[in-house]
Amino acid sequence: MSGNRFNGFSNHGVGIGLRIPHYKEIFSRKPVVDWFEIISENFMCDAGRPMQVLERILEQYRVVQHGVSMYFGSVTEPDPEHIKRLKALVKRTGTPWLSDHLCWGSVDGNYTHDLLPLPYTWEAVERTVERVKRVQDTLEIPVAVENVSSYAAYNDSEMTEWEFLNEVVVRADCGILFDVNNVYVSSVNHEFDPLDYVNAIPAERVAQIHIAGHSKYEKYILDTHDHPVIDPVWTLYERAIERCGYTPTLLEWDDHIPSFDEVHGEALKANRYLNAAKKSNAAMVGAA
Amino acid sequence: MNTHRMSLLELQREMAAVVMTPLTADEGMREKTLDGRRTKAIAEKMIAPNSRLSSVERLELYNRQYWFRVLDSLAEDFGSLRKVIGSKRYDAMAIAYLNAYPSRSFTLRNLGSKLPEWLAEHAEFTGRRQKLAVDVAKIEWAFVEAFDNAELQPLNMEEVKTLSSESKLQLQPHLRLVALNYPADEVVLNLQEREGRQASEAGRAEEHEELAPMELGAMRAKQTWLAVHRVEYNVYFRRLVKEEFEILKAIECGKRLGEAIQAGLSETRIAERKQAAVLREWFQNWAELGWLCAKDE
Repeated sequence: MSGNRFNGFSNHGVGIGLRIPHYKEIFSRKPVVDWFEIISENFMCDAGRPMQVLERILEQYRVVQHGVSMYFGSVTEPDPEHIKRLKALVKRTGTPWLSDHLCWGSVDGNYTHDLLPLPYTWEAVERTVERVKRVQDTLEIPVAVENVSSYAAYNDSEMTEWEFLNEVVVRADCGILFDVNNVYVSSVNHEFDPLDYVNAIPAERVAQIHIAGHSKYEKYILDTHDHPVIDPVWTLYERAIERCGYTPTLLEWDDHIPSFDEVHGEALKANRYLNAAKKSNAAMVGAA
Repeated sequence: MNTHRMSLLELQREMAAVVMTPLTADEGMREKTLDGRRTKAIAEKMIAPNSRLSSVERLELYNRQYWFRVLDSLAEDFGSLRKVIGSKRYDAMAIAYLNAYPSRSFTLRNLGSKLPEWLAEHAEFTGRRQKLAVDVAKIEWAFVEAFDNAELQPLNMEEVKTLSSESKLQLQPHLRLVALNYPADEVVLNLQEREGRQASEAGRAEEHEELAPMELGAMRAKQTWLAVHRVEYNVYFRRLVKEEFEILKAIECGKRLGEAIQAGLSETRIAERKQAAVLREWFQNWAELGWLCAKDE
């Protein structure tokens, strides 16, 4: 299996995030990278260096857009300018799908620029579904929602995080950007078994997977994207691939960013699992 | 026991109020929000504790993350201001500014848009260097805008030659006109150069180190007019004479060319016999720089 309707039936393999410290290396050496994920908000300007960089990248590489401030779970209305600029960027990049987070972050026009967790309530399900549907209809491409890592849980929650995710994606008929590192981080912070989460998601809706490193503190874990992927997260990834099959996979590394080769090398470790999925899929097709 | 269930909107308003409350001096959560409510009561009402962290500690993580993120973002855009007034004053100023003007945009790029005008009203953060600090902030904000503002197709020289006093133009959107009380562009350029050297020598400029206000020697006030603009993909500063600045400003405000020129030359000391030649030279320069564009009707 390669691709589904939530990622435009794409054959994307392993990608990495496009980050400024790597520009020089990318433009001078033009390394082989299957695809880059860009942060949409970094390229929603009118012109200048960011757009020049984007044009150069688009000449050579496939790009997928990932947003950080759509805030599907925020109650107050999004800025129409945001949607307008996002749509223009979608047209420019030709991204086969677009992702943003299952969280909230703005209220009454004030932005926290953080990925704040939602209470897992039926009211939040309804609100989020409505916003996801509206964005999907406006942008006219598949939208995938990403599970966030969180450090707080609400007294008012009426279901588990994975039940909440499932309700949202089924009702909104959207995809999932499944972040296995976030599952791990949240499982430590909220004391649940991460495999319960991985085993519960509707695998057929997973458009993309995120892997990343994090920082461990005495009483909690922070999703800092500044380390290599740890073994327990690879284990979750392996299980996710078993369930989802060959899935576009992206390594996030956003702070203390090492060399391009180191980041890309870390990302390519995912091929161990993706190639196995490809082989098993080929064997199944052959047997049929 | 409080059995009232918060609506999603109530919860988001309450949580934002706590998360956006400035931190204590040792970077912890304050006991009260800015409107006087107890943060512990709010935290316990909405956040469940776990076996390692209390409700307050869990909410505090988000409070800290918010402030670290917005302060870092502002510091990236106003690095010269931080050096001019020193890190201690800058840090207090940044918290007060972000408290007065939290982000109203989906992008952090616009976080500092109100800083120059706000700083002009808050001398308590700048000490004796108030006007210079405001000048530096104006330049740094103009830099942000010039970096990625739109670029229109400019008029070519032939088109510029056909303009009349009735013509209406618009300026290139990435051109920002800045009037200064001090030659602050020299300070900013000097600091940027120094930072570039430090970055290449040390590998990375240190953003969080404590800095005393920089030594500036005896800097004298001098009205300065500056164009901050983009050539290719780089931002440059260009000094303007007052009359040039006034004409461009009048064009920017939508005046017809004849009126704009009149506004620019109303108090000029340029001899009348030389004015036509000077104007021709300015228009030629502006056209070459791509600053003049057709007005959208």
